[in-house]
Amino acid sequence: MSSLVRKSAAGTMESSDVFVEIEPADGLEIEIESVVQQQFGQAIEQAVRDVLCGQGVTGARVRLTDRGALECVIRARVETAVRRGKESA
Amino acid sequence: MRRSMLFLPGNTPNILINGDALGADALIFDLEDAVSPDEKDAARVLVRSAIKALGYRGCEIIVRINGIDTPYWQDDLREMIPLRPSLIMPPKTSCAQDVRTVDEFIGRLEGELGFEAGTVRLIPLIETALGVENAYEIASASGRVAAIFLGGEDLTADLRCKRTREGAEIAYARSRMVVAARAAGVDVYDTPFTDVNDDEGLVLDAQTAKSFGFTGKAAISPRHVPGINEVFSPSMAEIDYAYEVLEAIRLAKEQGRGAVALRGKMIDAPIVARARQTIEAAEQLGLGGNRHEK
Repeated sequence: MSSLVRKSAAGTMESSDVFVEIEPADGLEIEIESVVQQQFGQAIEQAVRDVLCGQGVTGARVRLTDRGALECVIRARVETAVRRGKESA
Repeated sequence: MRRSMLFLPGNTPNILINGDALGADALIFDLEDAVSPDEKDAARVLVRSAIKALGYRGCEIIVRINGIDTPYWQDDLREMIPLRPSLIMPPKTSCAQDVRTVDEFIGRLEGELGFEAGTVRLIPLIETALGVENAYEIASASGRVAAIFLGGEDLTADLRCKRTREGAEIAYARSRMVVAARAAGVDVYDTPFTDVNDDEGLVLDAQTAKSFGFTGKAAISPRHVPGINEVFSPSMAEIDYAYEVLEAIRLAKEQGRGAVALRGKMIDAPIVARARQTIEAAEQLGLGGNRHEK
């Protein structure tokens, strides 16, 4: 449950995937770019917050470029980015 | 019933999310060759998340982990065993000790998770010359082994020969694998046909595998799944014949006759056993209408 120590990324820009960039910050800042922003923006943000909470991350700047990913894919990519951000380079 | 096993690359969401709509009896979530070394971590998390969320009902779940000669296989198992996949596929299995190494580690994880020992079974992938020669020992190395699987691409590289459409170069390996599996009492699966656009070649290759005695066949493309399922399903003629065999046996018993002939041929124990296998397969697949074995 350690905090982020570096900038990291996960995922791709392929269809049905999401590219997640994450870096240490004070507080949570979540930016989402998605073709389904209007319908699912809130649900996507909630999924990101759930994963960050589960990983014990309270300070992060997260940027998602969504290519129509399912929630399980978004959760997986955010988790991978967080795990990578916790590892020292 | 497991006729077709379809490989799904573990780090490719647009293929993973449609896995259960592709008609395969089993899905192989691939953490090995389909995933580059720097994406192994991402693939594990993605596969775990997809299996948890999507369930893949109606498909058996198999995970191909990385080889025990890599730094990845234990992390693969730590991430996958909590999901209780039906089968774990360790690649490049060359001897009984390779199986026992994976078996012991899974056993330890099952214990930590409070699972009954042996919940997760194994389908070792045999794809080296040494593995083929040790096929029986591999198949009988652990009670966890449910099947063995022939990997033709790596095998032919190891044999230093070319993979062909006809597959003469793997005929010995196919024979040896089937004999080893049947002697050990486990199932046996054939290597994928790799030309995605050759539908006729796929059917011929599947028919060849079936004629050797394979239980089913793997596919690297969803396009090959229907052909494999068809070849490894009993035909209506085979089902009809199987019912006729059992009916003839029933009548003979009723009339107190020892020897039974059908269509001019004697029916002996192996023919009856095969008829029962055909009917069992047909029933599992919902084929054969409302006929009942008497």
